[in-house]
Amino acid sequence: MSVEVQAQRMREMMAKFIACTGKKLPDDITAKLRELRDKEDSPLAKTIYDTMFRNQELAVKLDRPSCQDTGVLQFWVKCGTGFPLINELEALLKEAVVQATFDAPLRHNSVETFDEYNTGKNVGKGTPTVWWDIIPYSDQCEIYTYMAGGGCTLPGNAMVLMPGEGYEGVTRFVLDRMTSYGLNACPPLLVGVGVATSVETAALLSKKALMRPVGSHNDNERAAKMEKLLEDGINAIGLGPQGMGGRYSVLGVHIENTARHPSAIGVAVNVGCWSHRRGHIIFDKDLNYKILSHSEVTL
Amino acid sequence: MIEHKDGKTILTTPISAEDIRDIHIGDIVYLTGSLTTCRDVAHRRVVEEGKSIPVDVRNNAILHAGPIIRPLGDDKFEMVSVGPTTSMRMEKFEYDFVKATGVRVIIGKGGMRENTQRACKELGAIHCVFPAGNAVVAAVSVEEIVQAQWQDLGMPETLWNCRVKEFGPLIVSIDSEGRNYFEEKKVEYNRKKDEQVELISRQVGFIK
Repeated sequence: MSVEVQAQRMREMMAKFIACTGKKLPDDITAKLRELRDKEDSPLAKTIYDTMFRNQELAVKLDRPSCQDTGVLQFWVKCGTGFPLINELEALLKEAVVQATFDAPLRHNSVETFDEYNTGKNVGKGTPTVWWDIIPYSDQCEIYTYMAGGGCTLPGNAMVLMPGEGYEGVTRFVLDRMTSYGLNACPPLLVGVGVATSVETAALLSKKALMRPVGSHNDNERAAKMEKLLEDGINAIGLGPQGMGGRYSVLGVHIENTARHPSAIGVAVNVGCWSHRRGHIIFDKDLNYKILSHSEVTL
Repeated sequence: MIEHKDGKTILTTPISAEDIRDIHIGDIVYLTGSLTTCRDVAHRRVVEEGKSIPVDVRNNAILHAGPIIRPLGDDKFEMVSVGPTTSMRMEKFEYDFVKATGVRVIIGKGGMRENTQRACKELGAIHCVFPAGNAVVAAVSVEEIVQAQWQDLGMPETLWNCRVKEFGPLIVSIDSEGRNYFEEKKVEYNRKKDEQVELISRQVGFIK
């Protein structure tokens, strides 16, 4: 098969997969929402959860995007140096977004900065976002897809703390964001925290943290302990679904980390809304695929 | 008109100040009748330019939203997807908007503040939240798009006047006494946050 034909095949599969992630939530998110719904006891919280589940059923039944804000598409690729379409990948992902935009349909969410016009195709300069991890001696390609909606993009924040502020400062930084912006970002939220050496290293980690399955933990024992402390702490604030009050505020808290300069603690927070439209798919060199996020989906 | 049916409180347009008098923050209601999407520029036209709104919203409801619409030809349209947008953007206009138009129910996302509270208390109105992210539930409650005005504003900003049936759940965030659910909740959230920061900080002293 020629590279062109293979690229077209992968583009079509990705377009279908993207459209599907706008209509159906990943298995881990659905399971967690069900768990939280069952644990809430106020009629208000229960009514909101019931609406969410009815909405997700209707979205599949009527084949429509479940939320009108289908976000800016973001891809995190872990691509083997031996993957046959490594050269074509970024271009074919962009074309797949355009195709999904017309097929799904998705909302036109790409506004060119400075020229300030909507491209009408849902892609633009640098959108969709593609983050690359190159994997040596591998011939497969692993892709996380994410629809970054406006509401849950807004709480995003990064800064560099002085070491004197310590992890106590990290705690304050994350929790302050929950009561100022998190409230309106459609809780229960998935909270991603990056702890690293500078703003951009922490910021990227805080987004990658949102790609981890709900219920997973950081490998470092202290970081995992802090994930749990933050999760319990934000739950105790009592934001509940839609910030209107309830026993639980988050789907989870994920921390990703690197080493840091002795004089700095880079910290960032990113949140995903309850409608966390994340996909995870792996292609082998022959374009056989495995979908890890949605068990019942075939392309 | 207000009625209670199968455990649901349903407001049917036209709605009077009397109808909403006993509705309080945190209550859940549903709307039947006339609902018009109305957001940033439409508010600006009414308030800053003093234009009269081409859809009669008096005693009816507006929705802060920019929907996805499918044109069916012959000036007919279908609601594909509609969800509330952040109401706070309309806050600076809302008192004057309510005064000029006589709208009774304002629906959106998240809370609003003093300006809208004053409108609700003085003029007899309520602000409600439709749970965001539920665009299909909202769209299927729209029975018909009756008319589309100010189409020059583009799809998101057009006044889409809809006939809806039991549109909701709508959670009352400001009532006609001027009480504000989110502002009251925020005090509680911030207090609990400070407690939690202190509690967690005692357990994360990793730098020694």
